[in-house]
Amino acid sequence: MNDSAVMWSRALTELTLSFHIIYATIGVGIPLMIMIAQWVGLKNNDEHYLLLARRWARGFVITVAIGVVTGTAIGLQLSLLWPNFMELAGQVIALPLFMETFAFFVEAIFLGLYLYTWDRFKNPKRHLLLLIPVAIGASMSAVFITIVNAFMNAPQGFDLVDGELVNIQPVLAMLNPAMPTKVAHVLVTSYMTAAFLLASIAAYRMLRGSKHVYHKKAFHLLLKLGLVFSLAALVVGDFSGKYLAEYQPEKLAAAEWHFETKEDASLVLFGMLDGQEVKYAIKVPYALSVLAHNNPFAEVKGLDQFSNDEQPPLYIHYLFDIMVVIGALLIVVAVSYVLGKWRGWKFISSQSFNRIVVASGPLSLIAVEAGWWFAEVGRQPWILRGYMKTAEAATTSGQVDTMLILFAGLYIVLAIGSIVVLIRMFRNNPIELEIEEHKQVEGCAGQ
Amino acid sequence: MTLEILGISVLWIFLFGYVIVASIDFGAGFFNAYSLLIGKNHILTNIIKRYLSPVWEVTNVFLVFFFVGIVGFFPQTAFYYGTILLVPVSISLVLLAIRGSYYAFESYGARGHIGYTLTYGIAGLLIPASLSVVFAIAAGGYVDITDGQPVLNYWTLYTSPFAWSIVVLSIAAVLYISAVFLTWYAHKAKDREATNLMRKYALAWAIPLMLSALGIMYEMKFINPESYNNLVNLWWMFAISAVLFIITVVLLWMRKNYGLAVSLLIAQFAVAFFAYGIAQYPYLLYPYLTIYDSFTSTQMAIALVIAFILGLCLLIPSLFLLLKLFLFNKNYVTGKEDNHA
Repeated sequence: MNDSAVMWSRALTELTLSFHIIYATIGVGIPLMIMIAQWVGLKNNDEHYLLLARRWARGFVITVAIGVVTGTAIGLQLSLLWPNFMELAGQVIALPLFMETFAFFVEAIFLGLYLYTWDRFKNPKRHLLLLIPVAIGASMSAVFITIVNAFMNAPQGFDLVDGELVNIQPVLAMLNPAMPTKVAHVLVTSYMTAAFLLASIAAYRMLRGSKHVYHKKAFHLLLKLGLVFSLAALVVGDFSGKYLAEYQPEKLAAAEWHFETKEDASLVLFGMLDGQEVKYAIKVPYALSVLAHNNPFAEVKGLDQFSNDEQPPLYIHYLFDIMVVIGALLIVVAVSYVLGKWRGWKFISSQSFNRIVVASGPLSLIAVEAGWWFAEVGRQPWILRGYMKTAEAATTSGQVDTMLILFAGLYIVLAIGSIVVLIRMFRNNPIELEIEEHKQVEGCAGQ
Repeated sequence: MTLEILGISVLWIFLFGYVIVASIDFGAGFFNAYSLLIGKNHILTNIIKRYLSPVWEVTNVFLVFFFVGIVGFFPQTAFYYGTILLVPVSISLVLLAIRGSYYAFESYGARGHIGYTLTYGIAGLLIPASLSVVFAIAAGGYVDITDGQPVLNYWTLYTSPFAWSIVVLSIAAVLYISAVFLTWYAHKAKDREATNLMRKYALAWAIPLMLSALGIMYEMKFINPESYNNLVNLWWMFAISAVLFIITVVLLWMRKNYGLAVSLLIAQFAVAFFAYGIAQYPYLLYPYLTIYDSFTSTQMAIALVIAFILGLCLLIPSLFLLLKLFLFNKNYVTGKEDNHA
């Protein structure tokens, strides 16, 4: 076994995935937002919402391009860096991987159709229809690829007899216990991230002094959607905790620094770890038992139940904290907006509130990253929990470190390129200008 | 037909699909960059952009489909090819990433940036070159097994005339396929200048294409006598391909029926591509891996075939709609309509 190849393979996979999920999350969430905006625009005959859809779609193309190329990279890197794992996975979990390519195909085709047929149909509803396969395709690729990841956390659908895989059941492998919570969590947090990201753009424009009603409409629509999806994320997150307690107790125990199995377990928030001693932490009594089993007196398994070489690293607690705290904060932001709108609070139309909403987009991306790192590092040392350790799966090739530098360079170029292009695209064509041009075109057509 | 043959046939068809659509795409990018250098890009850019814009993302999916499918049907390929191809495929990936994203940047963000156009054009030739090396590796002779792990012998590969012939063939094929297709597309757009320019390129690339194809056949004799004998036995398929090639060139020469020329071109490559594939039978990686010892479990194979059929039910109508709205739509092709978001 080549130890450094294992380390570099993990580093390269982590780098590629961390970069890919930024664009992938946007890619899953934004088509739904575009669809909703266009639907609202058509229903109310409101030009502003149609323009929202149109401008989001333009920016979306850039993020999709990066999502596609980095997705292709990780797709092939799985085989390049983890050949032993993919050989095994190919036998058991190839079905969702294969189905994902079809979802991706449909999305790619209809995105091209949607982008190049603006105003082409006499009946604008037809154009809206093109967006449905884009949104469904994007979400379905997330569903299928998350199923593969869920399988790595809770493998089933095969038997291992003398090192040979027998009795393979592809559908059972897909319907593994981790699947429902993982898929639901990935979907709702992607929608939530998209809503807050777009809301932070609207908030930013208003912060910079734009008084246009276009931004107010976007802001209003997106914070309402943000509320729905962040509450959904809370509910699904709670189910995920119960899943962990049942099927992956070592991950929950490591996340909560829960060393000893006991009843009435308390939830550890924040804090620092000094050896096995937890310092400066806020402990919420009974909360972990509630999170794990919906019962304040229930017993929660601790790390003492697992041998040292099967425990995940303890730093995942910080990642868990980051994810949960950001999630809670965003719920507060969305709730206060919707409540404030209803009760007529002045605060929600202030510049300070705009500043908070500007922060909400980047914060939700940080939560997505932290959540994925927590989920992935939390299943160490396994690549296939209970069956194959990460170290057994890595390539034996000696050049992984060089490839890491190569790809790091690529991602830097892609990150800078996409940000520069996106900023330029919208700075050179602000909404005021586009609405003005639109009126002129309409005026000419009317004469 | 056994499931193994069905699986590899499906994958080979999709790989062929990728070869054709990617060739058009890669070649178009190169011609676009080249025309910029010689100051003729006002002739070509519009035609190329109009074709590429709605389809650039679809091209990539053909490739993804192939590599996901081959790991699904033949999981051991992940072990062998995954281990040996780390460096060549990583380089291809970086080139593909730069190319794909720069296309979006260029078309939607900064229009007319020279650096983008040139990078895009050059990457388009390097990608087929770097990907086609896999064909040479599959034919055998470049992989050793050390301590049970496959190791790629880079020196043998880089000094092999066979591998280089494949690289030359892939580049010539990309430029030829793309030029013939764009001749037809420009003709449909009623753009005479672009048609004439592309026709000239198509005729120019026909000769290197044939020479490199013959070179591969000759060198196969020394690399892998077993496949060479298979190739010789399939001489009639290559003869058909050659005849189709000659008719295509004659049609281009006489400026007649470009639509038929494109169909014959696709048929020519299909016949040759399948003949080459059949000659490799039953090996996926000579002499270590055959399609029989690497095949997945029957249950998974059946599940994949069902998913494939259902997937095609979605895919074929969608592709048809794409072709109908863009490739076969007069107003779009001639540039009378621009409904870009």
